[in-house]
Amino acid sequence: MNSITEGLWKAIELLLRLDPEVFGIMFLSLRVSGTAVFLAALLAIPLGAFIALREFKGNHLIINIIYTLMGLPPVVAGLFVYLLLSSSGPLAPLSLLFTPTAMIFAQFIMAVPIVMGITISAVKAVPKDVVDTAISLGANRRQLVLVILSETRIGLIAAIITSFGAAISEVGAIMLVGGNIRFFTRVLTGSVVLYTRMGEYGMAIALGVILLILAFIINSVLTYIQMRDTT
Amino acid sequence: MEVFKKQRTIAVIITAIIVLSTIGWYVWDTNRERLILATTTSTYDSGLLDELVPKFESQYHVYVDIISVGTGQAIATAEAGDADVVLVHSKSAELAFVNVGHGYHRIGVMYNDFVIVGPTTDPANIRGLSNVTEAFIRISNCGNQGECVFLSRGDNSGTHNKEVSVWTDAGIEPSADWYLEAGQGMGTTIQMANEEQAYTLADRGTWLSYKTDVTLEVLTEGDLILLNPYGVIPVNPEKHSNVKNQLAIKFVQYLISTETQQMIGDFKKEGEVLFKPIARDVSQCISLGFPNQAQELSWYDSQ
Repeated sequence: MNSITEGLWKAIELLLRLDPEVFGIMFLSLRVSGTAVFLAALLAIPLGAFIALREFKGNHLIINIIYTLMGLPPVVAGLFVYLLLSSSGPLAPLSLLFTPTAMIFAQFIMAVPIVMGITISAVKAVPKDVVDTAISLGANRRQLVLVILSETRIGLIAAIITSFGAAISEVGAIMLVGGNIRFFTRVLTGSVVLYTRMGEYGMAIALGVILLILAFIINSVLTYIQMRDTT
Repeated sequence: MEVFKKQRTIAVIITAIIVLSTIGWYVWDTNRERLILATTTSTYDSGLLDELVPKFESQYHVYVDIISVGTGQAIATAEAGDADVVLVHSKSAELAFVNVGHGYHRIGVMYNDFVIVGPTTDPANIRGLSNVTEAFIRISNCGNQGECVFLSRGDNSGTHNKEVSVWTDAGIEPSADWYLEAGQGMGTTIQMANEEQAYTLADRGTWLSYKTDVTLEVLTEGDLILLNPYGVIPVNPEKHSNVKNQLAIKFVQYLISTETQQMIGDFKKEGEVLFKPIARDVSQCISLGFPNQAQELSWYDSQ
């Protein structure tokens, strides 16, 4: 119990003191997970919408595979990226292993199925008559897509919130491909693991609290966008 | 549909910023001059390397990027050519690494030691023993009577390898009835042993970090077998052309220099000395499993 109260106080202290190492770690967490989720959304939302709207052979199988990959353990995604980027792997010339870019890559792989899966569900839930109405009002193909996307805004932002939460709290992949290097690839979750390993529970709890605060701020912004104009 | 125009412009701008900054960071990150050191959690978590490394970094204007993982993973990282130099403590794994040509010029740097920790009630009656093999035999006897549990790291780490070699020396095949494998790091294993009131083999550094949080105590220590020597090995550039071999050699020279050896001996945690430097003590190195210490010393000194 002592460690928990100590951790709470320490979290506040670190934030108020503007501890440069802690702020560097926070910024890296945000940068890595934010970029990974943004790029994942850029790819997965259009692709997910396409898969949801088009009926083609094997459609259900693909959706099933995407739903399954939503449960992909991050550490497996990490191992996959690790083996790709390793000096003995196919992407060795990029010399990306143990860099923040490698961490973005791993979290991107992890986030794509999550965003895509939720997008598919959201788009599938758009009532058929909305689509029909838009078509009967003379909407062209591009306009139709925009109508559907604005109808599904709540679902799409839920997809982003979910994948961001998964990414920023994830530790297996990010430690494997980033190496948890101080001042370079160490993020909040990696620090929590390190301090736990070192027996400094107070510090570990403090960084956990900071992670939650950070996630709360990001989610507040996203929820604001999600709920805006909805009545 | 006009309303989307402004939003689209914003979206395009944000996308451009994120994509460009990602590319920019990629270029920045990969141009960073660095030496990758793969080492074990026990070395890193003690804080020793954070003490030693900054001086080297400022002297050579490079970053020493420390990957701290289990010995098995540290060696695997170097075998794939993903590290430039390794600092680990598992003689058999180190020799295998050198013998197949992944590494060369292995040299002894320092040692710390292992201790057997266990419940204060000490049902196996090993308190004060200095013969670790005898202690293991007593734990297994007590375990067979259902009164003791031994918790193993079970993760192929240096500590785990050491423990397995002691069981082998004692001629005991641990039985599942009283022998549990944690598959975790040292700290977690100590915590689990505390919950189970089990015996475990721990490195002293990690033990010192945890001892105030647990009710276990050190019961057996001081056996020569329990000394835990650390070797440093540059990755062989003939096997992995991408490694920064010159820098790796400079780093080893730095570790075995008289000044750094002094720093290692002066490093304290909770008021206790954790590591004893041995690089310049050839006879001790030979007894701790570095038969070529003298030759390697003169090789590094001539580089």
